[in-house]
Amino acid sequence: MGIVSVNKMGTHLLFAMVLLTATRPAHAIPAFARKYGLPCSACHEAWPMLNNFGQTFKDNGYQLGNDRDSPIYQQPAYWPIMFRVSPTWHRESNNRVPVDKVPGNSTSGLVESTVTASGFDVGAIDIVTAGTLSRNISFFVQPFIGSNSAALEQAWVRFDNLVGSRWLNFKMGKFELDEPISQERALPLSNTGGIYYNYFFTPPGDRNFFTGIGNFQLGAEVSGHSDNDYTRYSVAVVSNNNGATGLQASQAYNLYTNFNQAFEVPGLGLQRIGVYSYIGRSPTFFQTSGGQPIPGTGMGDRGFYRVGAYGQWYLGKFDFETFYEHGYDNVFLGNSVPANQPSKLPAGAVGPSWNGGFVEGHYDYNPRLILIGKYELIRMSQQANPSNRGNAGNLDTWTVGYRWYPIMNPRAGLAWVQEYSRIVNAGTAPLSGKDDINNSFLMGFDFDF
Amino acid sequence: MRIKVSLAGSAVFFFLLSSLTSVAQQTRVGNLIGNASRGKALYQRYCIFCHGEYGDGRGESAPYLDPKPRDFTKAAFKCRSTASGSLPLDTDLYDTISRGVHASGMPSWKPLLRQERVDLVAYIKTFSPRFREEKPADPLVIPPEPPTSPESVQRGAELFQSMNCWLCHGKEGRGNGPSASSLTDSKGYPITPFDLSSGAHLKCGESDDGIFRDLMTGLDGTPMPSFADALKPDQTWDIVHYIHTLRTNKGQPMQTPPSPSPPSEPKAE
Repeated sequence: MGIVSVNKMGTHLLFAMVLLTATRPAHAIPAFARKYGLPCSACHEAWPMLNNFGQTFKDNGYQLGNDRDSPIYQQPAYWPIMFRVSPTWHRESNNRVPVDKVPGNSTSGLVESTVTASGFDVGAIDIVTAGTLSRNISFFVQPFIGSNSAALEQAWVRFDNLVGSRWLNFKMGKFELDEPISQERALPLSNTGGIYYNYFFTPPGDRNFFTGIGNFQLGAEVSGHSDNDYTRYSVAVVSNNNGATGLQASQAYNLYTNFNQAFEVPGLGLQRIGVYSYIGRSPTFFQTSGGQPIPGTGMGDRGFYRVGAYGQWYLGKFDFETFYEHGYDNVFLGNSVPANQPSKLPAGAVGPSWNGGFVEGHYDYNPRLILIGKYELIRMSQQANPSNRGNAGNLDTWTVGYRWYPIMNPRAGLAWVQEYSRIVNAGTAPLSGKDDINNSFLMGFDFDF
Repeated sequence: MRIKVSLAGSAVFFFLLSSLTSVAQQTRVGNLIGNASRGKALYQRYCIFCHGEYGDGRGESAPYLDPKPRDFTKAAFKCRSTASGSLPLDTDLYDTISRGVHASGMPSWKPLLRQERVDLVAYIKTFSPRFREEKPADPLVIPPEPPTSPESVQRGAELFQSMNCWLCHGKEGRGNGPSASSLTDSKGYPITPFDLSSGAHLKCGESDDGIFRDLMTGLDGTPMPSFADALKPDQTWDIVHYIHTLRTNKGQPMQTPPSPSPPSEPKAE
């Protein structure tokens, strides 16, 4: 596999990631605020980012535990539904887009050029209905409606406080993994800033069905926590289909675990540290019919893992989120070679591995204004194919911005957002193999009801 | 010269007075000292939409809540360890914030830091001048609980009737006594007597000590009076045992020993 084709794959992956960002607005749930009469700021450091009270509420199965959680206490007309949408103006710029030398003439040859687009826009609408079916039975349904598509992002039911203990809760369906720092509740919104790339990373040329812990997964989860949520754990067994419905991959299962512990530091605030792992196997080829793969028949499974550690640190009005991940894919996955055809592995091929992480900082000026800064990087430590450039797949991103909440009440949320973000993908320009750079600027409203 | 001495004396007097006042205002729970300034920021984040900017219980959500949020300006609190009409201890307010008030809109704020909860107590106390002018009464001393027995429960049942508890709580403790429908709280809002037979969480804690305390202190701001002058400790324990049977066995005699009361001092959580 040549450098150019590997780089093309990397670029495609990047575009896929950008698309994911553009179509996955995070959520806050004012339906809960309406139910309990609490403001957004009770559960959110700045919505959608949860504080410890909000995390406890979520971990309790969207229950406050004040004997008013059951639906019977709500007005019959109350329906726990919310939507979120973000009308914005944004500008996107990429310095290495292959374009025809003569516009409209596909035979004129390709050159790399900077392409810039800007204008008013509206992201996908996020609709969520969630709450309690009964005391200690909670649910969550989140359809996604984009410009030309619709999908079911999350749908699960959870049995809370089994045998009367907060330490035992069981969830089944399609859900967001108990991520170290929730992708769904990320504060940045822009195309390049609104995503944790480590959550969606696979190296250039890799063909692992699993593309990252940031994707919603299909499976079952057991979780638990202490009454103040200082100690939390979750263990999820998920189907190896990367969250795609319809049994498309193989019959293998993957295991995700997360454990974290919070502790108080006088004068500073609540600090939290945790570790997580995702260990799985992914098919490398399928049974075929007439040469076409039969969905769900994936075989030749090979292993991979993502492991890491993270922390959430409060220093008064400052808070920082730190995240580290080490990833590894089997050599067959990393080189997109079926496990039954080892002769197709390039000479010297190995399983790719990498390290990545990010630091995201917030200054919580008050409940209505939060400043945001983020830096994220990924560094390949071992390329699957020795002919790849050593830095292929490396990336660096920076994001700065703020969110201002002109209104904050128990009915709805409204934020004014301004954000600038930049990402440098090392060696992934489709034609030259040079660094591919995207700049993104966004300003607009983000509101939910 | 005399004027100077007089001025100096006045300054010393006001300094001492302000020191005494600040001592009276100081909020302390265990080894944590409350900071009202920090508490204000927390109040605005968590509490203001129910209890209101001025602590008068008129927050934006208040019209939709039942029971209504507490009016801090009156400094009348349900859950106290002090005599009826007295200010609560700091630990009483801290415990209420930590525990929440069941069957109301007030959740447990235990996920907040201990220091944050103490800071909230400090700020809540600024809403009423009473906290600057008065000191809480000495806390109630709860005598050791005698063992539960069928006889004790029977005596409690008789006291429940003779002390007219049934007028509000009903003969079987179901909260449906003949007075129940006409009760109002101190602000004139209708209020429902607690259904003791439901097994639901009690507003001020469920330990036997807690029930004893509620009987002795009453729940200020509600029609629930203090029985401190009407009941002897043994009689109070008898009623506690009877209430316990209402909660667990729907009025049948209880054989299991009561649960110990939890400590109110903040500790590692």
